[in-house]
Amino acid sequence: MLRLKNINTSYGKVHALKNVSLHLEQGEIVTLIGANGAGKTTILNTISGVTPASSGDILFNKQPVQSLPPDRIVKLGISQVPEGRQVFKPLSVEDNLQMGAYLRYRSREARADIHKDMENVFALFPRLEERRSQLAGTMSGGEQQMLAIGRALMAKPKLLLLDEPSMGLAPLVVQEIFRVLDQLRRDNGTTILLVEQNAKAALKLADRGYVLETGKVILEGAAAELMENAEVKRAYLGKDKKEIWER
Amino acid sequence: MQFDQLLQYAVSGLSTGAIYALIGIGFSIIYNATGIINFAQGEFVMLGGLFTLTFLDLLKLPVWAAVPCAVAASTLAGLVFERLAIRPLRQPTPINLVIITIGGSILIRGLAMLFWGKDTHSIPSFSGDDPIAIGGATILPQHLWILGITMVIVAANRFYFYHTISGKAMRACSYNPRAAGLVGIDVRRMVLFSFVISSAMGAVAGIIVAPLTMTAYDVGIMLGLKGFCAAIIGGMSSGIATVVGGLILGVLESLGAGLVSSGYKDAIAFIILLLLLFLRPQGLFGKRESERV
Ligand SMILES: Nc1ncnc2c1ncn2[C@@H]1O[C@H](COP(=O)(O)OP(=O)(O)OP(=O)(O)O)[C@@H](O)[C@H]1O
Ligand SMILES: [Mg+2]
Repeated sequence: MLRLKNINTSYGKVHALKNVSLHLEQGEIVTLIGANGAGKTTILNTISGVTPASSGDILFNKQPVQSLPPDRIVKLGISQVPEGRQVFKPLSVEDNLQMGAYLRYRSREARADIHKDMENVFALFPRLEERRSQLAGTMSGGEQQMLAIGRALMAKPKLLLLDEPSMGLAPLVVQEIFRVLDQLRRDNGTTILLVEQNAKAALKLADRGYVLETGKVILEGAAAELMENAEVKRAYLGKDKKEIWER
Repeated sequence: MQFDQLLQYAVSGLSTGAIYALIGIGFSIIYNATGIINFAQGEFVMLGGLFTLTFLDLLKLPVWAAVPCAVAASTLAGLVFERLAIRPLRQPTPINLVIITIGGSILIRGLAMLFWGKDTHSIPSFSGDDPIAIGGATILPQHLWILGITMVIVAANRFYFYHTISGKAMRACSYNPRAAGLVGIDVRRMVLFSFVISSAMGAVAGIIVAPLTMTAYDVGIMLGLKGFCAAIIGGMSSGIATVVGGLILGVLESLGAGLVSSGYKDAIAFIILLLLLFLRPQGLFGKRESERV
């Protein structure tokens, strides 16, 4: 479904991605783990067209997409839930969700269909429904994360990119969010690329994983295998580290 | 000092204030969408008035047709300005933008001078000049036009930004352009659109005030500055705060000119501007950054 081939991305002199190749098949949940600064966010932003690759190819359903701007990427069916949630703080929950469906409004899709999808988001995250007219900026971190996911879902993506959805959230909320991701894959067949520092939880949910270190993919494989991999255990599942992440 | 006279000053102050408000909202809309203070904003006010003149005199259109045509022509100028002067700048610094918008305003003014000359022109009022008495004050029909049109535009503006998808998307761009891109909003298109709305509003202001004040190629300088002042008082809000800012400025100017000396009229705007920039740069009503629109 999605294939990155030898992607290189730089910020000025900082060479953030070095020949990154990865792929996702329809209906998969794939996780991308790696330490701070490994280039996880950069991969998602390169896919989304925010920080275009300087070389390499990105194919989405066999179609090259590496030089498209962010709005075209969304239109093709790839939505991103950005790092740090990035909800529109002074807009209400409902307006944030509407913005998620912006392109569908623009292409004159029936309002009833869009409205139905909003109800679906509310069914996934009942807390958003209770707060539909509250300003997004006044909600808790967990609620904002739910909103950010809901907003991305409003575009009806075929592929959902999530950047550290568990960051700074209480374990229970993380559980709820991961349950929703699982449900999305099961019910809608949504393909998911999940960036996480909470490697344990991510590997438990995912089918496959990639481990990124300083801009390079150093390991890839089935999630269960990675979980048993000595290197991964040491670097990402170690007791001390885990405690740091969960803070 | 008689009450009637005060009332008179207030009435005329309110109508000039409404003009400042419209121009100020134009400043705010572009500022909120892009972070740019568009120093060329006043030129679209000038273009509105002078295009109306052209459509009335040269093409002999009736007022009801000339006005929309003039708004359209000025808006087109705003669109071209964004495409040619603003968009080509890659990673512009604030100082680049100041220079480019000031440069743009000088260019537009120069072209207007070539095309319309240096003379001052008058435009007929929309519906006659018979004064209407209110209490002890008299008001011209054009004053009513100004107040009415301003109210309609402010209401339409509010509706657009709070109740339409496109308006909410423009606010989304101003709050978080990256996230706006990630939900599929074409941020550059929204920037262009903010210039379109602002130049249209500026043009309307220039048109409705022209019958009272006359118009010329250089009216944009002073009107632009007054509008900027209104926007500063309103804390760069594109809503009611800037309207109030414009009205306050208009009334103070009118009272100052009437009670002190008409020579101080323009100085009042500068003094308010400087005081606010020193004492309350966030505007009189002190709205926070994230709630500007
Ligand atoms: N806007 C930028 N300008 C310059 N360098 C950047 C920029 N964004 C990221 N980088 C650099 O690129 C590298 C990869 O950053 P990236 O944000 O992709 O890492 P990450 O894996 O998402 O880290 P984290 O887990 O902290 O979110 C880092 O070295 C970072 O300093
Ligand atoms: Mg990151």
